[in-house]
Amino acid sequence: MIIEMNNISKVYQTGNVEFAALKEINLKLKRGDFVAIVGPSGSGKSTLMNLIGCLDLPTKGNYLLDGREVKHLSSNELAEVRNKKIGFVFQAFNLLPYATAFENVELPLLFAGVKSKNRKERVHEILEKVGLSDKMENKPTEMSGGEMQRVAIARAMANDPEIILADEPTGNLDSKSGAAIVDLFKELWKSGKTIIVITHDEKIAGQLPRIVKLKDGLIESNGYAN
Amino acid sequence: MKLSIIISVFLRDFRKQKKRIALTLLALGWGTISIMLLLGFGEGLQKQMTLNNKGMGENITILWGGRTLIPYKGMGKGRRIHFLPEDAEYLKKRVPEIDLIGGEYSSWGIKLKYGDHIFTNHVVGCTPEYESMRNFIPQNGGRMINALDMKDKRRVAFIGLKLKEKLYGDEDAVGKQVFVNSMPFTVVGVMIDKLQNNSYGGMDEDVFVMPATTFKAMFGNQYLDNIVYRPKNVSENRLVFEKINEALAAKYKFDPNDDEALSDWDTIEGSREFNNIMLGIKIFMGIIGGLTLLIAGVGVSNIMYVSIKERTREIGIKMAMGARKSFIMTQFLLEAMLITFSGGFGGMAISYIMTESFKRIPIDSQVLTFLGRPTISLEIGLIVITILSVMGIFSGLFPAIKAASVNPVESLRYE
Ligand SMILES: Nc1ncnc2c1ncn2[C@@H]1O[C@H](COP(=O)(O)OP(=O)(O)O)[C@@H](O)[C@H]1O
Ligand SMILES: [Mg+2]
Repeated sequence: MIIEMNNISKVYQTGNVEFAALKEINLKLKRGDFVAIVGPSGSGKSTLMNLIGCLDLPTKGNYLLDGREVKHLSSNELAEVRNKKIGFVFQAFNLLPYATAFENVELPLLFAGVKSKNRKERVHEILEKVGLSDKMENKPTEMSGGEMQRVAIARAMANDPEIILADEPTGNLDSKSGAAIVDLFKELWKSGKTIIVITHDEKIAGQLPRIVKLKDGLIESNGYAN
Repeated sequence: MKLSIIISVFLRDFRKQKKRIALTLLALGWGTISIMLLLGFGEGLQKQMTLNNKGMGENITILWGGRTLIPYKGMGKGRRIHFLPEDAEYLKKRVPEIDLIGGEYSSWGIKLKYGDHIFTNHVVGCTPEYESMRNFIPQNGGRMINALDMKDKRRVAFIGLKLKEKLYGDEDAVGKQVFVNSMPFTVVGVMIDKLQNNSYGGMDEDVFVMPATTFKAMFGNQYLDNIVYRPKNVSENRLVFEKINEALAAKYKFDPNDDEALSDWDTIEGSREFNNIMLGIKIFMGIIGGLTLLIAGVGVSNIMYVSIKERTREIGIKMAMGARKSFIMTQFLLEAMLITFSGGFGGMAISYIMTESFKRIPIDSQVLTFLGRPTISLEIGLIVITILSVMGIFSGLFPAIKAASVNPVESLRYE
């Protein structure tokens, strides 16, 4: 198991008001899984993804990432997990607006301490893979949504992480660009990555081998397609 | 994480935030300029005052006889103490800590005449030691009175620059005759132009100096008007005075504890006090400049806070991509330091150029000979750099801590 969550709860506190976004959920993912997380808005999908990605810690429960208990990791160890083991893709792309495509993809490599020459090679290689060799020096504002999301995927891939987490990656895209993004994920999956995609789109979810359905902070259904 | 990586990310981000930085740079530059110029002004003032103070002579004490206040060995109070010409020699033997000493006569209202230029002037009879003690330094081509003049009671004169101009105009004075109460004297030297802001018995530019022996022979004065001496060691000034006081008390039979028997003007003590006052002025100016700079520092801090607010998403993205907290902190700290130092060094450069060009402006004013011109010393430079570093660190530290505590989930939540 690459991901093993046992009785995970996440409670948000706003002032005196507590809100349980996740309620003692259990989830296991195998290496090489390709999972769609679906559910209505506010059901806790993003919360779950932030926990999986070690961007946030659960209020209760155990989370073993590749066999290591996440709550025992130091702040620096968590940073390293996010840097090397996990690649994030967001609905809002979350590219640095003032940086070029090259510079955005380079960022995780910088944090990993990769040497300048190797960084350059890697960025070129990966931007070519997502079909953006010619947009290397473009800033996000000079690109279409589909292109921005491909830069974001290239960035998520920079340190060749085992897990890709995508939170509604097609939510801001037209269906054609969205389909291209889904194709990219499929390719990555074939190369052995574990991929988790949050989506509203039933058509997309239907294409994936496994679907986890959330509702009101609980897992409603969890199963493999035939 | 390697510093080089932090710096390269930082430089990249920094280049993109130009606009925000310009204003702070201005405030910092202004703060630095004001602290530099205030300190520089203090320094210039001190230099000028020191120079002016030295005009009368460095590290000298002028000694006058007073009137006793304490009855002593059967003698009543109110007795006048007068110095005799041989007292200088006597004191030099009794007090080996004296470097130079000499007695002085002076008389006002003496008629000087050269051609049809006639003046009543102040005439001084003194010893060759005055050349060094009182900075009676001759211009090229002339000399001060010497030991031979003293011995032979020569009628030679050493005159101040202004007096020379009054008597001789543009003519060369050395070798010329001058009549003192109808007695012919030869001018052997003219004093250099010097700055002087304190004096006893007239400014040196007006002085007419003759050998003390000549003076005594000519005017018949029994007593010296005063004695001037300089201790070998500046730090022993008070000790030397105590010893002189004892020696004279023994000779003239007054109570050594009688404060009124002698009166002294100790310029060493005076310059010590002066230096303390100057230190006070400098500290004051430093505080004013420092406050200006502090305001600029608050500006840096403020801009960093605003910058963090505007860049929480950027911080969140970096954290999601695996940046450590220390990386985020260092980045903001570096940014604050870089802003501080760019503004600071800019201000320092401008202040330096300002003071240097001010030095070159040929203004000949009374104000400047009193106030001097602002001077920037290495010391001032180091003080300002230290202040800037401390400020840079402090104005960056708190924003940096705040930046590192940004919650990535919060900052990345999609609105
Ligand atoms: N930081 C937070 N503070 C308070 N409530 C939050 C926070 N993040 C999410 N929530 C709440 O938790 C619930 C689940 O949110 P989220 O995981 O974003 O849902 P989804 O991604 O499925 O739309 C929502 O009701 C949301 O308002
Ligand atoms: Mg969501």
